[in-house]
Formats: sequence, C-alpha cells, structure tokens
Amino acid sequence: MNDSVNQPILLVEGLGKTVANHANHKQTLAEDVLIILHDIDLCIQRGDSVAIVGPSGSGKSTLLGLIAGLDVPTCGTIHLDGKNILQLNEDERAALRGEKIGFVFQSFQLLPSFTALENVMLPLELQENTTTYAQARQQAAQLLARVGLSEREHHYPGQLSGGEQQRVAIARAFVSKPSLLFADEPTGNLDTHTGQQVIDFMFELNREQGTTLVLVTHDHVLANRCARVLELQDGQFCSSAKTAKVEQG
Amino acid sequence: MAFSSEFFSPGTWRLSLRMLGRDWRAGELRVLLIAVIIAVACVTSVGFFTDRIQQALNHQSGELLGADLRVVADHPLSAQVRNIAASYDLRSAETRSFRSMVQAGDGENAPGQSRLAEIKAVGPGYPLRGALKIAPTRFAKDHVTQDLPKPGEVWVGPQLLQQLDSNVGDSLQLGYLSLRITAVLTYEPDRSGDMFSIAPRLLINLDDVPASGLIQEGSHVHYRYLVAGEPGAIADYRQALTSHLQRGENIEGAEDARPEVRFALQRAQQFLGLAAVVAVMLACVAIAMAARRYAQRHLDTCAMLRCFGASQRRINHIFLLQLVALSLVAGPLGIVGGFLAQEGLVMLLGQLMIAELPAPSWTPVWVGLLVAMGGVLGFALPPVLQLRDVPALRVLRRVAVQSAITWRLQPATILAYFIGFIMLVLLVIYQAGDVVLGGILLSGLLLATVLLWAAATLLTWGLKYFLQYFLKHFSQSKSSAWHLGLANLTRNRRASTLQVMAFGVGLMVLLLLTIVRGDLLQGWAKGMPEDAPNRFVINIQTQQVAEVRNFFVQKDMADVELFPMVRGRLTAINGVSVSEQRYEDTRARGLAAREFNLSWADRLQVGNTIVQGNWWGDGSKTTNGFPYEFSVEEGIAKTLGLALGDQLTYEIAGESFTATVTSLRSVHWDNFRANFFVLTPPGVLEAYPASYITSFFLPAAKSGTLNELVNAFPNLTVIDLTAIMDQVKLIIERVSMAVEFVFLFTLAAGLLVMSAAIQSTLDVRLHENAVLRALGARRRRLWQSLAVEFFSLGALAGLLAAFFASVLGFVIADQVLEMDYLFNPWLWVLGLLGGGIGVGLAGIIGTRQVVNSPPLAVLRKL
Repeated sequence: MNDSVNQPILLVEGLGKTVANHANHKQTLAEDVLIILHDIDLCIQRGDSVAIVGPSGSGKSTLLGLIAGLDVPTCGTIHLDGKNILQLNEDERAALRGEKIGFVFQSFQLLPSFTALENVMLPLELQENTTTYAQARQQAAQLLARVGLSEREHHYPGQLSGGEQQRVAIARAFVSKPSLLFADEPTGNLDTHTGQQVIDFMFELNREQGTTLVLVTHDHVLANRCARVLELQDGQFCSSAKTAKVEQG
Repeated sequence: MAFSSEFFSPGTWRLSLRMLGRDWRAGELRVLLIAVIIAVACVTSVGFFTDRIQQALNHQSGELLGADLRVVADHPLSAQVRNIAASYDLRSAETRSFRSMVQAGDGENAPGQSRLAEIKAVGPGYPLRGALKIAPTRFAKDHVTQDLPKPGEVWVGPQLLQQLDSNVGDSLQLGYLSLRITAVLTYEPDRSGDMFSIAPRLLINLDDVPASGLIQEGSHVHYRYLVAGEPGAIADYRQALTSHLQRGENIEGAEDARPEVRFALQRAQQFLGLAAVVAVMLACVAIAMAARRYAQRHLDTCAMLRCFGASQRRINHIFLLQLVALSLVAGPLGIVGGFLAQEGLVMLLGQLMIAELPAPSWTPVWVGLLVAMGGVLGFALPPVLQLRDVPALRVLRRVAVQSAITWRLQPATILAYFIGFIMLVLLVIYQAGDVVLGGILLSGLLLATVLLWAAATLLTWGLKYFLQYFLKHFSQSKSSAWHLGLANLTRNRRASTLQVMAFGVGLMVLLLLTIVRGDLLQGWAKGMPEDAPNRFVINIQTQQVAEVRNFFVQKDMADVELFPMVRGRLTAINGVSVSEQRYEDTRARGLAAREFNLSWADRLQVGNTIVQGNWWGDGSKTTNGFPYEFSVEEGIAKTLGLALGDQLTYEIAGESFTATVTSLRSVHWDNFRANFFVLTPPGVLEAYPASYITSFFLPAAKSGTLNELVNAFPNLTVIDLTAIMDQVKLIIERVSMAVEFVFLFTLAAGLLVMSAAIQSTLDVRLHENAVLRALGARRRRLWQSLAVEFFSLGALAGLLAAFFASVLGFVIADQVLEMDYLFNPWLWVLGLLGGGIGVGLAGIIGTRQVVNSPPLAVLRKL
C-alpha cells in the first residue's frame, strides 16, 4: 500500500510519436515521417498540479492524449498509477480511464441529448458496479450545486452558456473522484472573466479531492496557478522550463 | 457478439434507454422507426388478410362441402362406402345431381315455359355442415331452414323461378313427376362455384327420383355420399376408403372445396405478397440509410463514452439494446397499423371471397415481430455496431480521426447482415408462398442491387466528364450555381452514387406503381375483353350443325364457330391400361376416371399455342406407326405424365381408338371460349357420335336471339355466363384495387428511402453551406446550386429507375402473370423529367434548413 502511495501517479519515459506525412503517403521515405513528440520523460507525483504550455503545434494535445491512454505512442513507456498502460488493450485502458481519470475539454464535450444532471451522472453510470442510480444522481446533484448550477440540473447543454457548460464538464470530471484530472485548454472557449470562474471551481475541487491535475493551456496566468509548468517546443520539453514557473507576461 | 454481465446490468439498460429516449425527442430515430413500422404494417396487413381468408376456407370448408368429406361418383355408390362409414360412427347423407329439362305448369294440361335445370335430390340429414336458406316468395327475405322438400315438393332457385314464370304454390313437371313449388331456394352451402354449375337450381327429395324416371342406364348423374364426424374418425375413414374406391369414385375433402376461391386467393396472395416484399425491401434500405446517419451522429457520443471508460463491448450493448427496444416499440405499432390496414383489404376483397371472415390468427403477429427484429438487427445494427471502433482520441482531435474510422466488417457485423439476409429470404418465401418465385425475387433483387450500383457509378463518373466539358465550353463564370451544384455531386462520388441508387429505387417504385402497374393490370384484364363470349350453347346434334350455322349467319353472327365433341374415356397410355390407382394426384385420379371431350380442328383456336411438337402438317413428326395424331393440353399432359410420342388409347362409343401425341398446347382457359384437352386433325373422329358446342358474345340488346334459337332448336341448352363473368371481372377489379392499396406501403417506403437519402448528406451540407454563407455566398446562389445538384441526381436516378422498372415489369408480366408486356416509352420521359423535378423539389424542401439556418448557429452546433 505504501509503495503505491509513494510511487508517482504518472511516469513517462522516452515517449515519442510520429505519423506518416499524409501529403506523400504513397512514398515510404524516412523524411516523410512527421515527428510530433520526441523522447519525452515526465514524472508526476500524487496531488501535484502540472501545466503543459507551448505554442500551437508543439504537441501538447498529442501528449495529453497519450498520457491519458486515448492514443498509443510510437515508442516509450507510460506508467499510470504503477500500470504500464501500453501493455493494456483498448478496453482495459478504457476501464482504467473510467476508474482513475477525469477529463475537461476545451469544447466541453457534453452529450447534447443529456441534461446537465445526466451528463454529470454519466461516468458513475459507466461504473455501475460501485454506484447505484440513486447514489449517482445524488452525487451528481451535489457536484452541480458545488459549481453553482443547482438551478440548471435539467437543462440541456444547448440551453446553457459556455461557462455553464464548462462548469457542468468540471462537475462531470470530478464526480467519479478521479486520481488524475486532465484538462485540455479548459478556458480556450471562454472569455477571461468566465474562464477565471471556471478555473476557480476546478482548482477548488482539485484541492478538496486531492486530485492530481495535468493541464494543457496557452494561458500563462492559468499555467502559473499550477505547482509545475512544463513547456513543449517542437515535440520536446524545453529543459530550462521543466521545474520553473514561467514568468507571466 | 458475446453477451457479458455488462449486457444485463441495469446501468447499461438505463443508459441505453435514456439515450434512446433523448434521440427520439431529438428526432434522430424518426426515419428508422417509421421504416420499421412500414415494413411491419405492410407485411402484417397482407398476412392478417390472407390468414383470415385461409382460415375461413379451412374452417368453413366443411360447410362449403356440406360435409366434412364426400365421396363423389358417376355411378351408384357401392355398399362398402356406406358400410365403412357406419363402422366409424359417422353421420351421413346422400345426394344425386343431374340436369334435366323442367317445365312450368301441370304437364300436358297446362304447359308453360321449359328450361334446363340442375337438379339436386337430397336425402335425410342433408346438409351435414351448414344450412339451407329458403324464402316463402321470390322477393321475400330468406331464412335458415333445417327442413328438406318433402316428397312431391320442390324448392326452386329464384333465377329458374323467373325463367319459368312461376311462383311458390305453382306446379312444375320434372320427367314423369308433377311437383309443387313450396319454397324459393336461396342458399345451398355446397353449391360449387365452377362454371357450369351456374345452371338454375332445383331441389327435390331423394325419394322422388325413381318416380321421375329421369335416371336411366347411361344417364349423367353425380352421386354424392356425405359424411361428418370427429376429425380423427374422418381421417381414418378417408384412409380406409381409399383402397376400396372403385373406378369413377373420388373423395373430396375440405381442402378441395371452393377451388375458384383458392385460386383467386393464391393469385391475390402472390400479388399482394410481392407488393409487400418490395415494400419491406425498400423499408430495409431506408432502415440501413437511417441507421448509418444515426451512427455518424453518434460518433462524438461514443468517443465520449470511451473516454469515460466504456468498453467496446459495452458500446455495442448500449446500441444493441437501443435497437432491440426500438424494434419492440415499432413492431407492435406496425402490427396495429397492419391490422387496421387489413380491414381495408377485407373491404376490398374479403366479402368477395367469403361472406364471414373469422378473427385472424397470431401468425402474422409473429411474422411482424420477426420483420421488426430482423429488419433492425439485419440492417440497422451493422452500421451502429461499428461505433465501437470510434477512437476515444476523437474527443481531442475530431478532424484528425474522422478519416481513421474504418467501417470495416467485424464478425458481429457479418452476423448481423446474415440475420438480415435470412430474414429477407424467409419473408420472401413466406410472402411469395413459393420457393421458386421467392428465389426469382431474391436473385432479382441481388442482381438489381449490383446493376444499380454499377449503373449509378457509371452515371456519376460520366457526369464528372460532362461537367468538365460543360464548364469548358458553355459556362461563362466558374462560380455559377451550375458549377457549384454539379461539383458537389462529383466531389464525393461515393455518396452521390449511393444517393442515385436510393433515389433510383424510390423512383423505380413510383414508376412501377403508376405506369407499369397500369400496363400490367390492363394486360391482366385483357384476359377478359369486353367481347369475351358470354353464352355457351351445348347439345347441338350433328344433323343440326348446318341449320344452326345458318341461324347464326342470318343473325349477323357468321363468326360463331361450332366445335364437335366426342366423349371418350382414356383407357391406356402406351399400351398400359390406365387406372386411377396409378396416380397419387387427386386431379390425375379424377382425370383418369372420367370421360373426356375430344374434338377436332384444322387450325389452332384463339388462346391456344403450341409449346412442344408441331401442329398438323407442320414439320416432321414421329407417330410410332399409328396414323393418327393427338394434340394435348400441356396442363393435363403434365398431370397425367404424358409426353410427345406417347400413344393414348381412348374408348369411344365402345370402340378403342389409339393415336400418338404429336404436340402439346398451352390454353388460355380464362378466355371463356370452348377449349379442349385433346384434339385430333379433321377426318379422324367424324365417324363417332358427336355433339357440338359453341360460345359467343351476345350483347344485352340482342338477348331475344336466344329465345329464337331455343324455339327453333328446343333440344339445345344455353348457358348464360354473364353472371359468372361479372363475378370474375369484379374479382380482377377488386384484386387490382387491393394491390394498389398494398402498394401504398411500397410508395411510403420508397418516399422514406428518398427522405433518408436526402438526410444522409444533410449534416455535411449544413456545414459546407454555413461556411459558404459565412464567406459571403448569397442564399439565392445556394438555392440554385442545391436545385442543380438534386435535379441532376434525380434525373440520373430517373434514368436508372425507368430502366429497372421496365425490366421488372417485363419479369412480372412474363414470369408471374404469364402475359406479354409492351415497353412503354413514357416510362423514360417520366423517369428523367419526373425524377429530376421531383427529386429536385424534394431535395430543396428536405434541405431547406441548409439555406435557412443562421450560419453561426450551424457552425456552433458542429
């Protein structure tokens, strides 16, 4: 038990991702391979909060997809809570995600035909062995109340503002009490003020639940609220930025 | 697809049903649900209807025979027939029927009109099933009676009463008997519907027969022995009796009752079944298209579910459950719809066939549920099953993974398609009621799909080159609406090909429904032309032939032909004597036992075609040493197992006559002309005693001619076919209305396919047009480009539809209805223009939101 508590929640070694250059996909020359990520090492401890920053095309979202088990790398290893996720098949990775990971996306990704409450209940319903319907409903309602959306429980995403939708998404991300929360540009579609509110909720819940947070963002202000900031450039971490906080502005 | 515990977990069910509910409210399932309902409603309506008629025939056929079983003979029945019945404790009754002249009035003292009548003499107990109905006077209301005419009494049919100008209470003379009319006979349960039993009817007591002196040696009499009892005892009796039957004795069971209704039902069932199958197939196309769109629209949901931990199997279970739930809702709705619709069929056809129909059985319900389940699992499940392959990464990189979704075949998908295919095969065989017809239909469908695909690909490919040529030579501006519309069409050729196919199928049904159906029904009805013979005259003696011909010439009816008839019994085939026992088939046994009417002719009659061998004097023939030739009707040849070159020996007037079969003829029996099973050339049978028969069309205005004929030749018997022909015309008319009625489902399914085709590209269009509008494209231009695109699609589809409708029309005419089909050029004009304009309008209306929705709202949604 102690071992599992002491070991990093996420350990990434030698991670790389390349794709064939589609414009010339008929040729198989080595130079037609596009390198998206190259030799990434990363160690994240429990309760840590890490921001990954970098310009567009630097490979931030690809890295997030890989470490969340949504995609498979070309090389390297990823240990999530001690498990090498590359040894798991797609369904086992899905089960691991359901159990340990929460997500917040730039484009909210709420199911349009589900109400706010139903969207929040969804992760619990997918692990129906541990939670009854009534419990799921209660926990979802509590979290919606926590993000200030009690009144909006039965509204559909289309009836909510962007900020409200992202708050629903945050409630959904935390409802299964994940060990690790991945957030991909959570404020990317929101104005500064609304973005600020949403982020406040996210950090509060993160603190309350002791969740490990991995955040991908352009926003340096947001990045600086994390304990660590890592900067990606051309598919590699900049060595100088690995532990230091990026200067604002 | 294996079912794990996840499948049965309430969470999966809850999620699945909730998603189903949401999708229903969002209108995502409408086309899918309607398609399933149409398929089920159409199959069940035809199913309920034919089931009720079939049941009525089976349940009431006892009544239609007046018994559970009857033994029919052309001679007095042997004692064994009665003795065996007695040993099985069966109730029995006897009847005899024969034809004779009856005369109104009291014999020579006051002679009145005389007519030929069908006389039935009935003994105690008759009828064993059903009941007689009589009326006290000619126009009074009839009632059921358990009585029979007492000795010295006679019950007379209303028609005969009118012809004899008599009434209840009057007397009539039958042979040596003078009988008093005591009732008007309005209904006999076992009155058969065959053509010649239309002669007016008269019912007397069996005890009066000997005194009438009408039944002598050689008289043509049907002796019937009726039995009724427990089904088991009846079956045992039938079995026991079969080996004791003598020559000329036949058993008629319930299944032999009302052959004319069974034939009409079979034809109607095939026709309606055909229409129903086409509707189901179209509905399945609509189901598949709607399900594909449904799957496309659930890519994000699946990616999300995968992201939050749902396994691929779970995704399958969720959607499988949704589809099962959908079919469980659509199935019963379709069945209710089908039940209501069959009332329409009953109104059109039911009364025509049988007066009172029983409630339908449950069989069509099960068939309906099978269609709902099979249609959904076989056609909606395959695209939906592929949702399991949606990568979770889609939540992060939607565009990047869009192309990575491969619609590859998994074992579960193959199984699903297999279920759909088996469902269709079973359904086609069930509806066609015939494996061969079902096979033709199915292979036709497969072939049509392949051809349709090939033709659609070719057309869209050709369009691309046409477009390039058109733009190069005629278009002034590269940004014209024509360019935009046609470019849309050629850019995604696969989608366009699918749409051309879908529209093509929809339009083909429309063309089949309008033009081809009209042509076919017209062709079918041609079997019953307005001037089809409506009178038969029989009993013309050889010495009267010249005079009768002369009579017709004087009446401006010179074309009336007289045909000789010589009665003979088939005694040997190729020297082997013929006995009934030789044949399994009831009809063959009957034919082997009874006398045939042989005739001679020097040329083929109208409606006769040589199908094997040669007509007299045409080509070379082998007559195997016998100088005489026979031309045999192909149906009877098949029943009796006769082939070209066989030698048939007939016993005619006590002498043997042998000839060789040198040709087989197909005969169009329903043209109401005098036709014969066996013909010889002239100069062969003239030596034998013959009588002559003729049939002709007599307009109502000239009906007086008949009285003159009968007065001039009192021994002639005239049979009026008007009543039965009206009945046949009515049947054809009603059956065509019923087919039109069932085709409404086909039409609905065709429209649904078109609607699904329009919807299938709606999302892409919405997106593209929103971008175009955001970039400054004017709505008018977008309308125009949509119109060009859909008009072109429709015109291409119309060409395909016209081609396939012609082919199908030909196949139906040739294979099903066995008639000639004339290709109709209007089909092509209507296909091209109607397709273009119709699909153009439907496309514009169906995609109006593409142009009308605010671009921002669309772009936000996508």
